[in-house]
Amino acid sequence: MIPTLRGRLQTRLFAVIVIGGVCTALVTPLLPGFPPGTPVSERYVDTFSVLAAVLVLGIFWEFVYHFLQQFRWEKDWPTLFGLLTFANEVLLVWFALRLGWVPNIESLPPARLWITHFVIVWIVIFGFLNGPMKVVFIRWRFRGGRLVGP
Amino acid sequence: MTDHSATIAPGRGDQRGHTDESSGSHPVLSKDIWSDHDARSFGAPVESAPLVSIGGGMGSFAFTHILRIAGLTAHDVRVISDIDRPYETYELLCRNSQIPAYERIRSDSGSMMDNIWGFPGYALRETFNRGLRRRAGLTGLGRALAPSWNVLLEPIGVDYYTPMSSQVFESCDREMVRLNWPGHLLPGTARNIRRRQEGGYFTVYLPRDRTRRQLRIVQSQHLHVSVGYPGLRFLPDLQRYRTEYGDSTSVVNAYEEHEHVYDQLRARGGTVIVRGSGIVAIRIVQRLLDDRAAGANLTIVHLFRNYVENSQGSGFQRRRGRRGFAYQGFNYPKSGWGGQLFDQMMRTESPEGRSAIIRRTGGTNIPHRRAWEKSLTAGLNGGWYRQLQGEVESVVPGHPGTVSRVRSANGSTQEVFADFIIDGTGLEADPREHRLLADLLDHGGAGINGSGRLDVDRNFEVRGTRSGSGRLYAIGAATLGGYVAPVDSFLGLQLASLLVADDLARQGFCKRIGPIRSTRQWWRWARNVAP
Repeated sequence: MIPTLRGRLQTRLFAVIVIGGVCTALVTPLLPGFPPGTPVSERYVDTFSVLAAVLVLGIFWEFVYHFLQQFRWEKDWPTLFGLLTFANEVLLVWFALRLGWVPNIESLPPARLWITHFVIVWIVIFGFLNGPMKVVFIRWRFRGGRLVGP
Repeated sequence: MTDHSATIAPGRGDQRGHTDESSGSHPVLSKDIWSDHDARSFGAPVESAPLVSIGGGMGSFAFTHILRIAGLTAHDVRVISDIDRPYETYELLCRNSQIPAYERIRSDSGSMMDNIWGFPGYALRETFNRGLRRRAGLTGLGRALAPSWNVLLEPIGVDYYTPMSSQVFESCDREMVRLNWPGHLLPGTARNIRRRQEGGYFTVYLPRDRTRRQLRIVQSQHLHVSVGYPGLRFLPDLQRYRTEYGDSTSVVNAYEEHEHVYDQLRARGGTVIVRGSGIVAIRIVQRLLDDRAAGANLTIVHLFRNYVENSQGSGFQRRRGRRGFAYQGFNYPKSGWGGQLFDQMMRTESPEGRSAIIRRTGGTNIPHRRAWEKSLTAGLNGGWYRQLQGEVESVVPGHPGTVSRVRSANGSTQEVFADFIIDGTGLEADPREHRLLADLLDHGGAGINGSGRLDVDRNFEVRGTRSGSGRLYAIGAATLGGYVAPVDSFLGLQLASLLVADDLARQGFCKRIGPIRSTRQWWRWARNVAP
């Protein structure tokens, strides 16, 4: 990818809200780790709260990535980086959950619950951005990842 | 041996800027704007089409591919072309510059002339194309997965994946059938463009049917010009040598057919000078190093005018450099095709500013390839590959071969004897050197930009050529110095074509390619169904 800052932010918003949103809506009832008898509505509150954390923290990360990208002559963001950044992002989400920064979630949920959720969303977004996204939005790759605006 | 410099492609005659008998000197040609009466008075049959693309090479093909996706038909888009397959010129230049069918070109996995979406890329397609891999001798699971694995990692620890030239041509063949490419063609060579008084354009062209050398005129609302390079470019001292001594055997251009050089060096050995430090020169050097490794007793003297000692620039603008070469994956930084560099170019209004960016980020450079680096090192250590920096003062016959007088930076001169000199400095790009473009500058209202090429706006419309509701666009090498840097690359042609298609859609000429149309058309492409 050859993102611009605005393209990064737009792509992040689209990817997490739309793709991550659909993905979360589909997998929440199937995720392991909820205490038995948790109503479906509460499960959704939990998973979408984690997704919201990924979105907000992700915007912070995009600024960091954009800065790091400046050190690259090509001003590109290699595909591999899109996988490696899994590590730092999951770590920050873990901190946020532990410190109780995430609204609606008072204590750290079981790892197999939120990490499973995180991994699934990450892989689906990674796969979508590296393929189908270019098919649906023909100009996306030529516009630094922007979907709207100049 | 004849001088090949005038002809660079099969079927493509000399495109340089001089008139001949068939373009005629009809008095009406002196008029810049024609009425319908003028067109009739020219005495050639007049046909009409909504849009005409002149060129028929990769640029016309990329443009037509996108316009078909945007809902136009073969009836709407006619292509004046003197070649049958859009890649013919490119293929010839590849072959001459030592990129045979299963050698890899310098192009990204996602730059596919048959697929504007960039998915699935050439790497993934190579993985699943067993026939292609078998023909290239790349059998086995490891070699099948290698391209896909490479694009996942690149460029961290691995070189950029690039497709084999044959894969590009085969994919174009498939798309030509899908689009019914022959149905778009008006076989021939465009000679003159005149604006039509009532709006639109007239294009005078010479049909390819050589038995009936009668000019024809096609009238269109819009016009698209993508004629590529006018011809080969020789360094002035080499051009002088060829003209003065009538010897185009010892001094050759990398882009013309020059197998006799390798044949003789293999058979009898000798010394060869390679001029230039870009992608063409390095490929020639590699071919020679391969021949040396296979037993040829040859010595290569690589002559650099600008020797890149080490990395250039500082901070956020540092480009790798070593052993004479500047390194980057492709001819511009990747962001030139739609990222930060693209935005910077689009924002830069001054032509001088854009030229400066182009010089800084483009210029002469080569990609890093492990195998190449290894054979360069071996050649330097073994003494059969020498590097020399300096300006050539003169080239004269050496009985046998040639003698080049080279003045180095410290002022000293030396004579270099060589059996052959290969000029790898590139192609001629001055629009004045192209018959049609020169005519467009003289009569069509077109102008020159800060880089000496055709002046186009952000949508690749040629400034000064608008005619009523008609618009004239140009893409490709002729438009360097505009708002897009990598204009003469595959992806650059596609990016430019998309910008033109969007501009045409805004005028209601074709459909805008939104998410639904794009997805549906991709699905048709995937099933190999006509758009």
